[in-house]
Amino acid sequence: MEYAYYPGCSLEYTGKPYDLSIREVFKTLGIGLREIEDWNCCGATMYMSIKQLVGLAVSARNLALAQNMGCDICAPCSSCYTILRKTNRHMAWNPHSRDLINEALKAANLSYDKMVEVRHPLDILVNDYGIDQIASRIQYRFDGLKVAPYYGCQIVRPVYHFDDLDDPQTMDRLFDALGLEVTDYPNKVRCCGGMLMTTFEDVALHLNDELLRCAEDNGADVLATACPLCQMNLESYQSQINKRYNTQHNMPILYFSQLLGLALGVEPAKLGIDTLLVKPRDLKLKPLSLKVAV
Amino acid sequence: MKTPNLLEPKLKREDELHAAFWEQIKAIPRGELIQNCIQCGTCTGSCPVSYMMDITPRQTVALFRAGHLEDILHSRTIWLCASCYSCRVRCPSGILVTDLLYALKRLAMDKKIYPEKFPVYVLSQAFISNIYKYGRNYELGLGIRYLLRTEPMKLLKSAGFGMKMITKGRMSITPKAIKKVSEVRAIIDKASQLGEV
Repeated sequence: MEYAYYPGCSLEYTGKPYDLSIREVFKTLGIGLREIEDWNCCGATMYMSIKQLVGLAVSARNLALAQNMGCDICAPCSSCYTILRKTNRHMAWNPHSRDLINEALKAANLSYDKMVEVRHPLDILVNDYGIDQIASRIQYRFDGLKVAPYYGCQIVRPVYHFDDLDDPQTMDRLFDALGLEVTDYPNKVRCCGGMLMTTFEDVALHLNDELLRCAEDNGADVLATACPLCQMNLESYQSQINKRYNTQHNMPILYFSQLLGLALGVEPAKLGIDTLLVKPRDLKLKPLSLKVAV
Repeated sequence: MKTPNLLEPKLKREDELHAAFWEQIKAIPRGELIQNCIQCGTCTGSCPVSYMMDITPRQTVALFRAGHLEDILHSRTIWLCASCYSCRVRCPSGILVTDLLYALKRLAMDKKIYPEKFPVYVLSQAFISNIYKYGRNYELGLGIRYLLRTEPMKLLKSAGFGMKMITKGRMSITPKAIKKVSEVRAIIDKASQLGEV
């Protein structure tokens, strides 16, 4: 089992804990992860707003680099995941787009013709590796920690891929197997505002206040994300939200892969737990009792 | 004495309107689907930011169909869309509402219809210049450049946060370029000369 790893720009720095924990979890489970050599930015939503072809061609360079690695791509950042998949859709649906993208790639002596599947690590872990397999490998079990699984937008929309558009369950099922108490709350796929936190801060602060409030009201101790931009918005603006709305948010925002890593017995520091801005309090992690040797 | 006809500037003849409409629709992926809009408002109801819009997504489609493109290009709506795709997945007529808004945003950028130092434009420009220079994003540089051009005073306020992220290893002081940044530049240069997909 091996995947071509596309970390994306966010995972190099602001999303560092995500990168660390994905690598640790894959290593611990024995799933291969080979980084695509010299990958570039996927273009994010920025190029899509200026010239779509430039965005698609920039993103396609990564697909062209990965096509000869002989495996699916693993893209943890929701935005990269969506953009790379969108590029594939343009290649597959529209011969005109395909020709233009390849003409642009030719300027760098590249071409893209084998379609490489782009996957999210959540999908890989749960659907390829399997929850039962994961459950058999855990060293610790959470006991009484309530987690709100937050999927955000781009791993469930715009096109159905590995989970339901309105009520996805992949993270819920994974957490259940780790002993976590999954919070049922209505905002699990509601938008965090993405780049609006930079361009229209007022709007984004309001969206994040609503998300945090909804998770708290439904009893969550921590919130788990699968996207570096969601994590950043939800985590680092809590003090600003508190000032503006007179709230007391103090919600640790963890990556789903950090929680999984902890259950697998990886040291917290190797998962970047110490680099979180809102420190998780007691995570209620208990070692599994040793099985009696027969 | 002539009575001024106040309505006149707003009115368009039907044939003008239709010609303009079909011209615009060609530039939008599966744009012809907007003919099927039943004005149910599901897009507006699903949108997490429609409460801040001057023209809701449903009204955007209606205005677009009626040929009032200028009104849309001057609205807040296209800039507020966070690209969450809720409207698109719930539209009972299968209209790609998010992609329609992207296309309108590109049109407004092309026509430079926005105030000077407009945040969305400044951010996009700063972002794409990073990609051209380094092949990857450079978060600290992006933040500084963006704030310098939009709200320089906020730079001081954000310094503490930046330092915290740097000490935690979650932000880099210096940019990191990929090895073959020349490839990325060649692709961007070429794609900029070609037509749109």
